[in-house]
Amino acid sequence: MSNIDFDQKVVEMKNITKKFGDFTANNNINLTVHKGEVHALLGENGAGKTTLMNVLYGLYNPTAGDISINGEKIEIQDPNVAIEKGIGMVHQHFMLVEPFTVAENIILGMETTKGMGQLDMKKAVKEVKKLSEKYGLHVDPDQKIEDITVGMQQRVEILKALYRGAEILILDEPTAVLTPQEIKDLVEIIRNLTKEGKSIIIITHKLKEIKMVADYCTIIRRGKHIDTVDVSKTDEDELASKMVGREVSFEVDKEDKEKGNVVLKIDDLVVSDNRGIEAVDGLSLEVHSGEILGIAGVDGNGQTELVEGITGLRKITNGKVLMNGKDITNKEPKNIIESKVSTIPEDRQKRGLVLEYSVEENMILENYHKKPFSKNGILNPKGINDYAKKLIKRFDIRPDNEKIKAKALSGGNQQKVIIAREVSNDPDLLIASQPTRGLDVGAIEYVHKSLVEQRDKGKAVLLVSLELDEVMNVSDRIAVIYEGKIVGVIDQKDANENKLGLMMAGGGATDGQE
Amino acid sequence: MAKSKFSLKKFFKGKVGFTFISIFIGLIVGAIALLVAGYNPITAYGIIIRGIFGRPKYIAYTILYSTPLILTGLSVAFAFRTGLFNIGAEGQYIIGALVATMVGYFLHLPPVIHVIFVFLLAALAAGLYGGIAGFLKAKFGVHEVIATIMLNWIALYLNNFIVMSEGVRRPESESSYKILDTARIIILEKWKWTDAGRQWLSNHPILQDILKTPANWGFLVALLLAVVVWYILNKTTLGYELRAVGFNKHAAEYGGIAVEKSMVKSMFIAGSLAGAAGALQVMGVTKAVTKLAAMEGYGFDGIAVSLIGSNTAFGSVFAGLLFGALKYGGPKIQSTLGAPSEMIDIVIGTIVFFIAIPKFIKMVLDFRSNKRGDKNVG
Repeated sequence: MSNIDFDQKVVEMKNITKKFGDFTANNNINLTVHKGEVHALLGENGAGKTTLMNVLYGLYNPTAGDISINGEKIEIQDPNVAIEKGIGMVHQHFMLVEPFTVAENIILGMETTKGMGQLDMKKAVKEVKKLSEKYGLHVDPDQKIEDITVGMQQRVEILKALYRGAEILILDEPTAVLTPQEIKDLVEIIRNLTKEGKSIIIITHKLKEIKMVADYCTIIRRGKHIDTVDVSKTDEDELASKMVGREVSFEVDKEDKEKGNVVLKIDDLVVSDNRGIEAVDGLSLEVHSGEILGIAGVDGNGQTELVEGITGLRKITNGKVLMNGKDITNKEPKNIIESKVSTIPEDRQKRGLVLEYSVEENMILENYHKKPFSKNGILNPKGINDYAKKLIKRFDIRPDNEKIKAKALSGGNQQKVIIAREVSNDPDLLIASQPTRGLDVGAIEYVHKSLVEQRDKGKAVLLVSLELDEVMNVSDRIAVIYEGKIVGVIDQKDANENKLGLMMAGGGATDGQE
Repeated sequence: MAKSKFSLKKFFKGKVGFTFISIFIGLIVGAIALLVAGYNPITAYGIIIRGIFGRPKYIAYTILYSTPLILTGLSVAFAFRTGLFNIGAEGQYIIGALVATMVGYFLHLPPVIHVIFVFLLAALAAGLYGGIAGFLKAKFGVHEVIATIMLNWIALYLNNFIVMSEGVRRPESESSYKILDTARIIILEKWKWTDAGRQWLSNHPILQDILKTPANWGFLVALLLAVVVWYILNKTTLGYELRAVGFNKHAAEYGGIAVEKSMVKSMFIAGSLAGAAGALQVMGVTKAVTKLAAMEGYGFDGIAVSLIGSNTAFGSVFAGLLFGALKYGGPKIQSTLGAPSEMIDIVIGTIVFFIAIPKFIKMVLDFRSNKRGDKNVG
């Protein structure tokens, strides 16, 4: 099963320390990777995983410590040296030229020419095809990046690294943007790569994937090396407690609760996506007070458009949305917020926060025009400040400084700011769209607790998530979305991965439907 | 000692210190250019400094030169802070000046009221003119840079058409009739030429020197508007909305802010600021508009002023004064030293250049501090 060759240490990082001013991002970290090994680097957001890999890739120079590649001690001053030594890195945010084709992106910087600087695209396409077949990385070399899925873009990034002769691949949070199916494909790709003798380092905080794909796992907490473990001899609970530094519960505590009256009623809704295709296509749904309705589904089945349609950010072309019996179809976002709808948006940096605004300014994003935050169009700094301080304390946002810009916060704390703001609006309906994306275990626990708290207060909660585990753990009822329609609604108690998985693939679920 | 050193470093890494470094480098490059051209830079800069501060009259002129630049700078800065690039300050300035001239000439109103009327109508017209670009962007997604560039030319030829029209054109000239006395804001314009005025002024040489220029109230209006701009941006819900849209229109939309409306509002305000520049220039200095062979450049200089002032209200005041001083004092090296006044354009260009490439200067500063850091640690 394993393809590891223990005689060959391809990467050996010894006592790596990296300081930024007074801040120590990496403190005496050791990391050894053998040929053909998949090594996971586990840690919470801000633990120093990415910093360590940036040191290996030459983006940062270490303050202290040694690096050996294939047994040879070297200094990696910049990424060019790293590439030359066979190190390739796929960043979390892809670095591709969108209007260029797959092949053009892969050869960028190492173009094949016919001499005299004339580009030989035919040869390039052939080489890309050969490479993609060898590793089972299916891409169409002639398609443009902007037209292909995120999963495919990732494969292009991997090919780009392989094309440059990478023997050691660093993947930074590779599954953060992938659908469950794409994650399975990626695992397959990683197996193929190790079979060919490549070594892989995965930066992640998802325990399940570590169990699925990694051979060894190094855990980093607050810049310190905690442990390196053999993945086959450990379990998720142990990994989690090592990462967070305390016991973590994956179970969501919640008591049974009778659901109340209908708060949100969606009737035969049609919403188009950016390309004009009907992404939500005749969808009907009801959410009651005192329940969490989870929407499960593979990415791209209309989840984004559904939420944007309800909240007034996208035009509804047909159908109706009723909030407490009141028609809010195609109303301005402001009016919809006024009808007691709060949203935790799926992209917190794009929709949820004005990153350049301070935390206190972000806290009033929907209420800046109301007392006590302003009067007659003049802002009231004291009212804003008091409110922000109160929320920071109540929601334990760190650092507890309402004046710093939202962009300076960690992902988990950014999400806390949004949750604090939305929950404090005292909504009747709370929409949470992928509320834990990119968050670490501790923060996920917190978000789930907040959602259940709202439900217990008698609010209606609509949870949209690509993480099946999350939907199954948190929801009271689960609706499965497929190609813009709800293909079935089942009780949490009746749900299991197989049943939902089948429905998510469009398999219908007549047996589970109420 | 260590503490003061630390804060000094911080100062130079901050925006203000950074701007001063850029200005300093601009002056040095200008000096090198002068040296290469065979002139003594110290003499040249001496002439410029004396040309700006040497007499009360010079200072007055510097302020006069600065006033429209401060306002067009405010216009560009305001739009920029709300996420829009207003290249159209030039055209909005022309519209402001044109409307001010029309209202100042054709309308008959009592003194102070006339001035207020001229100013408000000119600002309103230029605001609407700027609003067109905002509307085009909000409604049809036309980029404001394209729209405002086109609108600049429309404003220029509209100006020329109206100036040369029957009833507006002053016979035998390429300019309009002058605005009525009631619409002017030049300080003691009539009195200073009366016998009593001359008599009195000859006993007060400093005032006499200042009043040799068309000294007017425009500068005070510009300062007032800078305060207004600062207040709107930072203290009002309108400013909160506009800045939110400027930083992240997706989040603003999600928060219930009407993004499209705010683009129009922002361009309206930016346009009225540039229009105010044109109006004050007519009421205080030129008294009429002329047929333009080319753009005068007040609006384009406003872009540089805004940039040097890091897009803030008070930064624009400072940068406008600097710009006005260089524009007024700079050409004096030509008459005294025989050095081409284009040297001053080199200095201004270099300053803008170094401010526009902050990455470079930051890099140099970071490199230095990094090296020091490494030494401490390693």
